[in-house]
Amino acid sequence: MRKKSDFMLGLTHGIPIGLGYLSVSFGFGIMAVHSGLSVMEAFIISLTNLTSAGQVQGVNVIAAGGTFLEMALVQLVINIRYSLMALSLSQKLDEKFTLPYRMLAAYGITDEIFAVCSAYKGKIKPSYMFGIIIISTIGWISGTALGAAAGEILPPSLTAALGIVLYGMFVAIIVPPAKKYKSILFVVIIAALMSIAVKYLLSFLSGGFAVILCAVAASALGALFFPKREEDED
Amino acid sequence: MTVFIYIAVMAGVTYLIRMLPFAFFQKKIKSVFVKSFLYYVPYAVLSAMTIPAIFYSTGNMITAVVGTVAAFVLAYFDLPLIVVALAASASVFVTGLFI
Repeated sequence: MRKKSDFMLGLTHGIPIGLGYLSVSFGFGIMAVHSGLSVMEAFIISLTNLTSAGQVQGVNVIAAGGTFLEMALVQLVINIRYSLMALSLSQKLDEKFTLPYRMLAAYGITDEIFAVCSAYKGKIKPSYMFGIIIISTIGWISGTALGAAAGEILPPSLTAALGIVLYGMFVAIIVPPAKKYKSILFVVIIAALMSIAVKYLLSFLSGGFAVILCAVAASALGALFFPKREEDED
Repeated sequence: MTVFIYIAVMAGVTYLIRMLPFAFFQKKIKSVFVKSFLYYVPYAVLSAMTIPAIFYSTGNMITAVVGTVAAFVLAYFDLPLIVVALAASASVFVTGLFI
């Protein structure tokens, strides 16, 4: 039997990611349309950004008529984690990964794709990573388009229920590590308390800046009280 | 038209964040504080984005609270992301039928 090509292997490894993205981006599509964006605009956001939290907050900034500077800072804070993932992944690349390939594949560094690539045994070849990225992106953009289109026709009772999907996913991301590590629990609680305080006490602050303020302060306190040593890394 | 400028800013910043370290910088970060700070950022961001916004995500505070509780309980028992997300949504839908 012929050995699977690296590209096919990437596609196969990307299927679970693509399916997950399909359902999550469905929620994003609905949310975007409800914030006043068109199906096409929602689709373009998903195609050019390929990220969940950044897109949700980005749509909030657009809906609230925030400034472009606010948009840039919001994306910087929410997505800065990708820099770390990119750095870590760049140590694991095959020599075939030349500069143009790196510049292309950088587009597809998401939490899930990073996780799959990190778990891959051996050096990562461009064709393998492109395989994962392609199938994941297809899931992400088609889910967005479907959700956005559905948001325009589904009954309100259903779209209301789907409005919580992305937040449910965020809860599922933060609760398990917060249960396991006191440090993360501390950061998560500080961020949540600050976010509540900002919402009701400093309501003149726009949503984007509120998230930046809370995230930076909570992370700085976390770094101060629970500095992470190398050996804690999982 | 303005929407496309927003999208360009969003996409540009997000791409550069990924591309610059992936293609060019390959130095390791030494500062423990900076490393720890960056390690905590995703959790802080998601927490600040979720609370209290999740309670306003369905247009009805009661259904939202039910959905939130469902999400927290299932997440506490380490269920997969998509199960947690869809179960939260389903409980909102069902609660909505009784309101």
